[in-house]
Amino acid sequence: MNIIVFLEIKDNKVRRASLEALAEGRKLADKTDGQVIGIILGTDANTIAQDPHLALADKIYAGGDPLFGTYSSELYSAQLASIIEKESAGFVLLASTIAGKDFAPRLAAKLKSSLFSDCIGLSLDDSKRLIGIRPVYSGKLLAEVISKDSAAQMALLRPNIFPVVENPAPKQYAIEDTAPVSTADKIRSRLKEIKKAEKESLDVAEAQVIVAGGRGMKAAENFSMLEELATVLQAAVGASRAAVDSGWIDHAYQVGQTGKVVSPVLYFAVGISGAIQHMAGLTSAKWIVAINKDPEAPIFKVANYGIVGDLFEIVPLLTEEVKQIKAKG
Amino acid sequence: MELIICIKQVPDTAARIKIAASQKSIDLADVELVVSPFDEYAVEEALRIKEAKGGKTTVITFGAESAGKALRQCLAMGIDDAIHILFEEFETSDSWATANVLASVIKTMPHDLILFGKQGVGTDNVQVPAMIAELLNLPQALVLTKFELIEEKKALAYSETEGGIAVHEILLPAVISTEKGMNEPRYPTLKGIMAAKKKPIKQLTLTDCGFTPAQVGESGSKVLFSKLSIPPARPEGKVLTGEPKDVVTQLVNLLHTEAKVI
Repeated sequence: MNIIVFLEIKDNKVRRASLEALAEGRKLADKTDGQVIGIILGTDANTIAQDPHLALADKIYAGGDPLFGTYSSELYSAQLASIIEKESAGFVLLASTIAGKDFAPRLAAKLKSSLFSDCIGLSLDDSKRLIGIRPVYSGKLLAEVISKDSAAQMALLRPNIFPVVENPAPKQYAIEDTAPVSTADKIRSRLKEIKKAEKESLDVAEAQVIVAGGRGMKAAENFSMLEELATVLQAAVGASRAAVDSGWIDHAYQVGQTGKVVSPVLYFAVGISGAIQHMAGLTSAKWIVAINKDPEAPIFKVANYGIVGDLFEIVPLLTEEVKQIKAKG
Repeated sequence: MELIICIKQVPDTAARIKIAASQKSIDLADVELVVSPFDEYAVEEALRIKEAKGGKTTVITFGAESAGKALRQCLAMGIDDAIHILFEEFETSDSWATANVLASVIKTMPHDLILFGKQGVGTDNVQVPAMIAELLNLPQALVLTKFELIEEKKALAYSETEGGIAVHEILLPAVISTEKGMNEPRYPTLKGIMAAKKKPIKQLTLTDCGFTPAQVGESGSKVLFSKLSIPPARPEGKVLTGEPKDVVTQLVNLLHTEAKVI
């Protein structure tokens, strides 16, 4: 069965989360004797399609038309639907990014396909039905989901969970042009501009390392201390609901049930006690470090390493220590 | 402006969740059910648009008998009308089946804007709004932090994106969904609560919507929950002790040598 993988572009490269989906697509293809077919949409699609990191694919559709230069859920879903039908694809994989989550349900409805959101595990049963594992109740539980009655079985994969094949063996693959199936006048929702944030910051939802602060931070200005640590770690800054609701930091940074679900390799919980809603958002963090003055704080139950102490003393020392170890290499 | 808000009744986010004996759903006994937190922003936004531009607000839910309470809360906040599509086993329906039922009802009503919370807290699928946009052939702008009507049938829709705020221009009629922070949902006033008691809730059966039970629930779904489980417990952690300088050194060494993440 053919497998379609949507390869999303960021900074003129295929996103790492899409490379994770590509590697997962290769595994499915090997189990079903199918081909892996990538789709890249964006003005530089033809150049990006030649990236040797994509050699796991058997074929890539590149849509370089200027119309693909700005994201549109209507256009992107229609474009993928036409390629999926043409290739009689049995599976469609996408990274669970802002764009992926936005247009994949639209595409699923168009194709009358099953769609698993936010998967952290993927497998096939004996009749080649897709089985997914996904956190529900924001991580308080895991659900095993199974697809039925679908020609194309679709899944959105949570970033930072599935391994990337870093240096695939070089291979020739076909690159085919794909022309827009729609025209500008038919697009009713279009991206007009991106207003840059005052501070350049990494998105907490996809970050590999996160430094998050909670009620213990005490004031908005103290978050600059976390930003310094985040900078040396090349990390994103996050926050608990208590810190957001206190008005110290914007909601975009909130981790947990009414904020973002995260899956970093390393998570620093600084002055965060660990309310159930916050911990639920953390279940797929690989390593958790907790810094809190209360030894009874529930966060210590999930942390791999805990420090009981005054964060205002610990964090600056930590920043210095990390700087030194990074300098040594 | 005809404003339609789709809401879902869900377990309170502070609730301890238990798996039901079937292992396919959760045990709702002793769990408080509330309007999904993100939906409250959609209700508030609809009320504000109506206050500014006039029109009518209608709230719809697909749910069990108990969901009437959630509709009542929206009426108490000031929503004009409520529609309850009754189905006791609604939670066995996936996003596809749910979107089909909701779309079939919305299609028969005048609509300029269909509002959702960004996701139903719990199942966390984030699929129904975009599916309804597709089923009704409408444009979408999702997970919004701000919505601004600039012409009668045109709006600017703001959402968080990496490194900033994405601004979409969108033509109405349209589907939108709301993120936390879009507004501050009002509390129902006593007067509102009293008035809500008198407002009728229109109840629809699946047959009224043109559906058979086989077209919803498990049989009408494309994604089935086969098993729920509790995530594996995290391994016992280490609490580092000593002087601040020492514990920090220990921590960084462990992150470097044991976790290998620095």
